[in-house]
Order: sequence, then C-alpha cells, then structure tokens
Amino acid sequence: MKRNDTSRGAGSGGNAVEVRGLVKHFGATKALDGVDLDVREGTVLGVLGPNGAGKTTLVRCLSTLLRPDAGTARVAGYDVVAQPRQLRRVIGLTGQYASVDEKLSGFENLYMIGRLLDLSRKDARRRGEEMLERFSLTEAAKRPAGQYSGGMRRRLDLAASMIGRPAVLYLDEPTTGLDPRTRNEVWQEVQRMVSEGSTVLLTTQYMEEAEQLAQELTVIDRGRVIAGGRVDELKAKVGGRTLQIRPADRGELARMVGALAQAGLDGISGATADEAEGVVNVPIISDEQLTAVVGLLGSRGFAISGISTHLPSLDEVFLAVTGQKASIPQEDGAGTDAPQEVAA
Amino acid sequence: MSAATVSAPAAAPVREGRIGLRANLRHIGALARRNMLQIKADPESMFDAVIMPIIFILLFTYVFGGSMAGKGHEQEYLNYLVPGLMAMQGMNIAMAVGTGVNDDFKKGVMDRFRTMPISRSSVLVAKIVVEVGRMLVATAILLGMGFALGLSVTTTPLHLLAAVALSMVFGASLMWVFILLGLSLKTPQAVQGMAMIILMPLQFGSSIFAPTAKMPGWLEGFTKYNPLSNLADASRHLMRGGPVAHSVWMTLAWAVAITVVTAPLAVSKFRSKT
Repeated sequence: MKRNDTSRGAGSGGNAVEVRGLVKHFGATKALDGVDLDVREGTVLGVLGPNGAGKTTLVRCLSTLLRPDAGTARVAGYDVVAQPRQLRRVIGLTGQYASVDEKLSGFENLYMIGRLLDLSRKDARRRGEEMLERFSLTEAAKRPAGQYSGGMRRRLDLAASMIGRPAVLYLDEPTTGLDPRTRNEVWQEVQRMVSEGSTVLLTTQYMEEAEQLAQELTVIDRGRVIAGGRVDELKAKVGGRTLQIRPADRGELARMVGALAQAGLDGISGATADEAEGVVNVPIISDEQLTAVVGLLGSRGFAISGISTHLPSLDEVFLAVTGQKASIPQEDGAGTDAPQEVAA
Repeated sequence: MSAATVSAPAAAPVREGRIGLRANLRHIGALARRNMLQIKADPESMFDAVIMPIIFILLFTYVFGGSMAGKGHEQEYLNYLVPGLMAMQGMNIAMAVGTGVNDDFKKGVMDRFRTMPISRSSVLVAKIVVEVGRMLVATAILLGMGFALGLSVTTTPLHLLAAVALSMVFGASLMWVFILLGLSLKTPQAVQGMAMIILMPLQFGSSIFAPTAKMPGWLEGFTKYNPLSNLADASRHLMRGGPVAHSVWMTLAWAVAITVVTAPLAVSKFRSKT
C-alpha cells in the first residue's frame, strides 16, 4: 500500500517515534513537562500512568491534535509541528472516547474512512467488510453505531483506525471500561497489527495490559517520565505477581510462612502472613515458582482452601519505581486526563 | 487516485503532503455522503426545510395579506411575499448549520477527521454542499406551495431559476458566518441565541414582508443596506419584473464579501480548535 511504503521510506531507522523534551501547558497546568521517549519500529511501548498524568495530552500532541509548547516529536521521521500533513498519512488513533459517527452504521463509518484514505470505492467496501469481520461486527454492520454497546463501539473505533494499515498506531486507554472478553479481542487485534509491522504507542492505567502487549514501558506522572525500561526489568523491580494462599485453618499461617522460608525455593523469598485476611502472600515472577510453592505446600500436607494470583496494581508499580504513591488518586473507569478534555 | 497517482509511488506530492484537487473533491464527496446519511438516520432534522416554508407562507399571507392588500386580495400580497420568503429561507437554513457544526464538534469523530490526511476545509465544504441541497428542498416546497395558492411568475422560468440560484449563492455565503459562530461559541444554545439576535433585525428590517417606503427614515436607510433587502428585491424583480441589475449585483457583492471574510476565519478556527 502506498501509505505504508511512504512511511517506511521516511522511517528514521530504528525509532518510529522519538520524543524529546516535549512540553504542553494548559494555563498553569503542566500537562507535559519535558517528556522524552522512544518507540522502536515494530514494537509496542506502554505508557503507564494515573489519570491526569498527561497520557492523553501526549497522544494528542503526537497525532497533531495539539501543538506542543516546546520540545520536538518525530513520528516515522516526520516532525509533528513542521510536517503535520505527512504525519497524518502514517498514523492511526483510537482514543478513550469512540470517534465514530453515531448516526452512521458500522459499515458506513468504515467505508467513509476508507474513502477519506483514498481507497477506491471497491477497495473501501472490501476493506470495510474485512475489518467488520475481524472485529466480529459483521452482524451489526447495518445498525447505527449509536446503538452499539460500549465494547462494540470501541471495536468499531479500532477497526476505523486500522483501515489504512497505519505504520504507527496510538491507542489511548483502549480497554478502559471494557469487559474481559472484549478486552481480549482488542489485545489480539493489537498483537496482530504489530505482527504485521505496525508500531504501537499504548497508554494504559493497567499493569496487566502493559504486560500483555508492551515490550517496553514508560511510567509517567504529572507530565514527567518517572521510570522506563523493558517490561520484564520493571516487573522484576516491582516483583511480578503476588501469589495468595489461603490455608483451610487460619492457625496454620505462621507455619506455612516458616515452611516456605525453610525450603529455600529458587527465587522465593519474603513470604508474609496477612493475619487480617487469613492469607499468605508470596511474591513470584514465574509460573514455575507458582507450581513449586503449591507443590511444596501440598507435599508438606497443608490443607489449602484457596489460591489466587494478583498482578501489582498501578499504585504498587509507582511505589516500587518511585518510592512514593501516585500523585493523583485512582478513580474508577475512564476519567478525563487533562484539562484539555473540557475544551475538546 | 490521489495526488500521487499510480505512476509515481511516494513521489514529491505525497512527501509534500499536499492534497490534490481530485482527492479533495473525493474527500468532500465522502463527507457529504456522511451528512446525507445523518439526515436519513434523523429525518426530523428536515423539519425546518420541509415544514417551515409551509407555515411561513400560510401564516404571513393570511395574517398580513388582508391588511396589506385589502381583504380578499391576499393573493397580491402572496406575489410580493414569496420572493422575500425565498430570500429569508437561506438564512433560516444557514442558522441550523451553526448549531449543527457546534454539536458535531463535541463528537469524537471530529478528532478522527483532524488526524486524517484530508484538507481541513473539506469537512466544512461538505457540510455546505449538503445544506445547499436542503435549501433547494425548502425552496421547492415554498414555490410549490406558492403556486398552489396562486402565485404568478410574470417573467420567464429562466428568471425564476436565476432567482433561486441567487438565493442559494447568498445562503451559502451566510453559512460561513454561522459555521464561524458555531465554532466560536460554546453551546448550540448560545449559537441559536446569537443567531436570533442577528436574524431578527435583518429579516424584519428589510423589504421581505413590507415595502420600505412607509418605514421611518432611519429604518429605511438600514433596509437599503441590508443584504436581505437586496436579495428580496432581486428575487421579486426576477420573478415579477422590474429593474434587476442593481439588486442582483449588490447581492452578489455581499455574498462574495461575506465569504471572503468569514470562510478563511472559519477554516482557521477549525484548524486551531483543540
């Protein structure tokens, strides 16, 4: 496809996205306060941060919707300020709020986008149908998007962003507020896009999502990058998952912790008893460790009434990488990211 | 195909990022199709174009007609009124464009358009294309109703067509004003309120409903420079005979002036809107 060829040709060899010292202020609010980040071509970068951290502002700057106050950003080699027209040819954007026309049917939305991307009528129709199929929307193709459920609308939005096979795809909290099944579908499609060569910048509030999709992670807070690196490095820092074991008899908590400490399993240390909850917490970083811990407890004859694993929450990640709590308390669901949403 | 045709993959035009004329027309077509599908999904949005002309013509003819032309001579007033209403119609439809644009901009789909490789003006031009279509529907209904009530056009059908075309041109220029308002004000209600403030004096302080000769001097002075008077006079003379040159040229001059001033402002407002 023409759009792809252009973008590849203009690629800066290595990094599809390069951001240096990006600043965006809204009055006194520093939504972005000197952000640096790189996204390597063909990879997924997760941008993790709480509401109000500046994630949406970052994406809006990188997609030419906002003009940064200072700093530079290049996408596929194009400067966001100096070459917005060229840049728009190589990007796709899916925001927190579905950007489809609610009065048009799913198919009509995709057909329109295809035509705006200079596909012929035939190609626009074929590509639209193909994308509907991919996102299991074929049955709803003729219904107005306004009647879609939240998950369907998000899927349609993703389909619209992918019609032009963009070289760089921005996903701004793509699964916030979605049910697990839809979330998995979205993840699958993102992985497929990456396997076809797209580069993805993903913002999220969920460590789990970052872990699923991203190779590298940038943690931002109050408009600044506070940590960054490969996901497994950060995970090791944060401690991977927490395995929670509930003994049938609460009195066994201390004995269980003792047994684990004694056994000296590879990489297992710091099992603690939570008396209030009646569980033993064991930090683990692999499935092998999980198996080993459960195996050990079984062989020692402990009666277990419940086992679960938990990924670290955003708060725990923050605590681990910065030694302090996230600056803005977590809220449920999709909140606004910065004051610009008021004006938008 | 787009500016870079098949023969020139990734050639200068694409790299430049310029959008060629044919691509631009195709984009306007796709966006106009969107606006038409919106109307299809929401037929009530055509009420102002379909019902209002009927209400206006009936109301004004039978409320004022008797007083203006004498009881039983309403038809004479009808002949005076219809060309004026035709002029006014453009303004009413144009007003709806402002509220529509304002509403549209609250939707996420605008963000998508603004991140796509299309000319920013194409979104607005597509809107105007469809709205001119709506004006044509409204005018057809107005004229149809007029003829049913006994309207007589004493000139040629070509003159009638010219009158219709003139209304369209002027109405399209007004749409830029209301698009600008729609992009500048915060809520559709504010747009509506502001539009009424502009609309009322222009509509009634004109020759649309009554000849200006019996108005006080200051008002007569205002009506002379009111573009709606010029348009109403032009339509009237085109449909019923009379000197057309002055009023037609004045109307066209107004249309060009309004477009030249407000269209670039509207496009730049659209471009900078976040």
